[in-house]
Amino acid sequence: MKVLVTVKEVAEVADDFEIAGTEVDERYLEYDLNEWDDYAVEEAVQLKEDGPAEEVVTVTIGPERSEETIRMALAKGADRAVRVWDDALEDVDMLDVETKTNLLEAVVEEEDPDLVLTGVQSGDDALGATGVSLADELGFQWGAVVNALDYDADENVAHVHRELEGGVEELTDIDLPAVLTIQTGINEPRYASLRGIRQAQSKEIAPKTLDDIGLDADAVESDLTMTSMYEPESESDAEIFEGDAGETAGRLAEVLREKGVAE
Amino acid sequence: MTDVLAVTEHRRGELRDVSFEVITAGRQLADQTGGDLHLAVVGGDTESFADTLNREGVDAIHTVSEGEEFNHDVYAQAVEALHAEVDPQVLLMPNSVNGLDYAPAVANRLDLPLATDAVDFEYDDGLSVTREMYGSKVETTVDVGGDRQAVTIRGAEWPAAEGVGDAEISEFDADVDTDTGSTVTGFEEVGGGDVDISEADFIVSIGRGIEEEDNLPLIEDLVEATDATLASSRPIVDNGWLPKNRQVGQSGKVVTPTVYLAIGISGAVQHVAGMKGSDTIVAVNTDPNAPIFDIADYGIVGDLFDVVPELIEEFE
Ligand SMILES: Cc1cc2nc3c(=O)[nH]c(=O)nc-3n(C[C@H](O)[C@H](O)[C@H](O)COP(=O)(O)OP(=O)(O)OC[C@H]3O[C@@H](n4cnc5c(N)ncnc54)[C@H](O)[C@@H]3O)c2cc1C
Repeated sequence: MKVLVTVKEVAEVADDFEIAGTEVDERYLEYDLNEWDDYAVEEAVQLKEDGPAEEVVTVTIGPERSEETIRMALAKGADRAVRVWDDALEDVDMLDVETKTNLLEAVVEEEDPDLVLTGVQSGDDALGATGVSLADELGFQWGAVVNALDYDADENVAHVHRELEGGVEELTDIDLPAVLTIQTGINEPRYASLRGIRQAQSKEIAPKTLDDIGLDADAVESDLTMTSMYEPESESDAEIFEGDAGETAGRLAEVLREKGVAE
Repeated sequence: MTDVLAVTEHRRGELRDVSFEVITAGRQLADQTGGDLHLAVVGGDTESFADTLNREGVDAIHTVSEGEEFNHDVYAQAVEALHAEVDPQVLLMPNSVNGLDYAPAVANRLDLPLATDAVDFEYDDGLSVTREMYGSKVETTVDVGGDRQAVTIRGAEWPAAEGVGDAEISEFDADVDTDTGSTVTGFEEVGGGDVDISEADFIVSIGRGIEEEDNLPLIEDLVEATDATLASSRPIVDNGWLPKNRQVGQSGKVVTPTVYLAIGISGAVQHVAGMKGSDTIVAVNTDPNAPIFDIADYGIVGDLFDVVPELIEEFE
């Protein structure tokens, strides 16, 4: 079978930062592979190593800069990558779920995978909705927040655990083709080996415009418009201990003794 | 087209807290849209659920008797059909794990723009929601276009609705096709084992600030010196450095110790869900803006690798 993994490059914000308009000023951003997608890539690569998957392809909606992140996924074992970007996307400040669904749907139709893996959410905008929306649009089955996956090739069924709240997991059987949104902890994502990094250099990253995937600019008209961004007002009334490590630890020790939890 | 339709949630025979929160949120919104608040109850013991949900501010409750437990296909079909019946301005759903499993499908089917994990909203000619980004480092307001909208709400942001209501309760035949491609086969409890952190009086909890597994013994020394119980945020468990029964949070354990000492933990909403009921919360973090300080009673803005050895010394 063929596995398609959605891979997003997300921005991480430094401890101290400034906001310019409705964006965090570029100087305070660092880009990395989305944490949840890292686990999705690993799960796909393991499906290949264990037999059921023949090919692992990644798909990214992102500008050319994101190729650095895509190479990381390729270095970890994905076979090739598709990257969708278009000038029409430059001006959209917040891609809504429908837009991402439209773009990914077009790629899925071209690639025709049996299984699509996405991260549960992305670390930056945290909408957490693309995978399920995509499945519904494709007429695929789906499962959200999956933290264990056992693929049964005979029945073409994914036996999954969905991690609910409060330490309870739901056991679900999902017919393929399906989209699964992958939760952290499902596996141990590998580090890219030097050999993997070298090999990734020669793997294909196919850039695609809207035109290439048969869409026009209407497909990327977002219904979400960010009107403001601000640092949340701190509701903190915490007493912050001042001083060097010795002094602050001393004050903390006092509190622990006062509360009677440590002697 | 001024009403609000809110979907409730239950699991293993019990309504979940968010079902009462979604009433409060729905009422807030319905007051702004100038319409009625409708609730949807899908599956399980719908009759008794509807009675319990009949709280102040609810105008109508629609029950759909289909299945005992949550199934996303059933929920998606039922909510889609109810949406056609009620024709609400805004559809509210919980941003729970199950919410994440059907809300995006419903929004897609109904062609509704979807804003997830709302912490607040306002309707004034149009819908504007407040959300967080970058792990709660910034807050944003987002205008949601379209004629009608769908929103999922963050748990524990709105108080639970109380009081007794006089809603009209009616059964709704959603004509659900149950021949679907996914089947729930059971549930499993995880995180048992050697210790029960939910019983602990003093918890030392460690987060990603520890950086490497090799640094864990430092914290274990502190735990030993203070006779504390060791717990952690999720990444530590994901990395396999501690077993699952040590995880505090939404998908881990809820703890209520006398003192919760959070070391190198940012205070993401899913972590806070598990420890905000602690009597006294103390945070050690290098980032003065880390959200954990918002709920802490005491704080040290500093490097754990400097502070923890000093603290151990205090107790040795
Ligand atoms: C569906 C779902 C369920 C989830 N369930 C849970 C859950 O049950 N429990 C949970 O914890 N998370 C859960 N999460 C994950 C959650 O969103 C966060 O990713 C996680 O809580 C972050 O853990 P952290 O605070 O340890 O790491 P980070 O967010 O990376 O924070 C590390 C902190 O350490 C500080 N730091 C770094 N170095 C030092 C130093 N030397 N000294 C002092 N401070 C330092 C940093 O400033 C930062 O604030 C869930 C997520 C999802 C999507």
